[in-house]
Amino acid sequence: MIKRSSETGDNQPLLKIDNLQKKFGDLVVLDGIDLEVHRGEKVSIIGPSGSGKTTLLRCINYLEKPSGGHIHIDGMLIGEKQINGKYVHLSDRELAEERRGIGFVFQRFNLFPHLTALGNVTIAPQKVLGLTRDEAERRGRDMLTKVGLGHKIDEYPERLSGGQQQRVAIARVLAMQPKLMLFDEATSALDPELIGEVLRVMRQLADEGSTMVIVTHEIQFAGEVSDRVIFMDHGKIVEQGPPRDVLFNPQQPRTREFLQHIQER
Amino acid sequence: MGFWQIINEKGWYFLTSLLGGWPATVTVAVGSLVFALFIGLIIALLRLSNWRVLRILSTAYVEIFRGTPALVQLFVIYFGLPDVGLEPSPFQAAIIGLGLNGAAYMSEIYRAGIESIHRGQMEAALTLGMTPIRAMRYVVLPQALRTMLPPITSFAIVLLKDTSLVFAVGVVEIMALTRNLVTETLQSAPIYIMAGLLYLCMTIPLSRFAARLERQRQAWQ
Repeated sequence: MIKRSSETGDNQPLLKIDNLQKKFGDLVVLDGIDLEVHRGEKVSIIGPSGSGKTTLLRCINYLEKPSGGHIHIDGMLIGEKQINGKYVHLSDRELAEERRGIGFVFQRFNLFPHLTALGNVTIAPQKVLGLTRDEAERRGRDMLTKVGLGHKIDEYPERLSGGQQQRVAIARVLAMQPKLMLFDEATSALDPELIGEVLRVMRQLADEGSTMVIVTHEIQFAGEVSDRVIFMDHGKIVEQGPPRDVLFNPQQPRTREFLQHIQER
Repeated sequence: MGFWQIINEKGWYFLTSLLGGWPATVTVAVGSLVFALFIGLIIALLRLSNWRVLRILSTAYVEIFRGTPALVQLFVIYFGLPDVGLEPSPFQAAIIGLGLNGAAYMSEIYRAGIESIHRGQMEAALTLGMTPIRAMRYVVLPQALRTMLPPITSFAIVLLKDTSLVFAVGVVEIMALTRNLVTETLQSAPIYIMAGLLYLCMTIPLSRFAARLERQRQAWQ
């Protein structure tokens, strides 16, 4: 018997992570992460470099294979299936189908340089979702206009600024209409004056009710946009809660130490 | 007779005789290049596979075909296959032999080209719901092709020169006609030099094209 789903019902979280572990050799990067994110919730993850934030995100869409634990999105097991009680990894095709519902925005944009902005946004709707070229281009133009780049559809990535490239990357994800959006330090590779335009788009998506998990160093942005902030260190969730609690009244010494260090910079 | 006197009196005869082998040379070169391009891509993808068995088999292929002389491989195909019930014609043996040999070198060109594309490109494609094969087809290979064109063109030049081996399995191309002409006229140097010049007439334009592609690649990077 093949089992893919766990709970059903309106109250189930969109994202459910149970005891997630990840090791690279002997190095423990994720040490038993439990996390639930509900539909429409905005969760920011902060923490020092090496705390496992990016690895957590990459495990959610199986860019990294977890060493232990399980992930469910919308009640469906991610990256594996249960056959007669045993967990088995999915095939490439099955994994690709699951990933359609999870959007991932990279720190370094990862636009396809051989395609225009419109080409970048339409390639997946065409080749993965099977949309016709016209349908994909209509959707692509809408998404690029949404992120403020309707006038740049025919430009290649090399002709775009960093902020514009990241906005195209966000439009590329939006074109797939994902249930869950993951942002991996989406502004860290940008010049300071370009960060604002990307944060504006992310804020707009948050206001529209997208479910987002955001790894970020932009503490103020995290405070303004998030329903919940998570502080991670050494592969564990140290503290989590509403921004007013975690950012302004942290209970854990390590959280206080980290935030103090950020403020002193 | 002196060298220039021979060229003066018999040069045209030599040239028109050798040019008779030009169609066969080009046919073998183009045929084996297409073969090598196709098989080489398969070998390269097997070498990049997650399956260890496929990696081992494809690596063994490359080691064997790069580590043994092309002439030996041609002989094995032409003289060896009849022992197992297959009888390739000289042309077939030439194209298959040089094609299989060339595929080993092409696979390394493909592999280097694919690996030169940043891993983030594959990851971005995967996160958009593409399978690894679709990601390779629509994202990685189109980019890798730009960087691979100069070494592919250089490889085509080498392959063109390697067609000079296929006279050994009975193909009547430029080298075969050269040897026949030398036997007929006993004039070695002028004929071999003329044959060399014929090959140069084909390889120089390819070299210039490869150099132009290399400049374009550097500009693109």
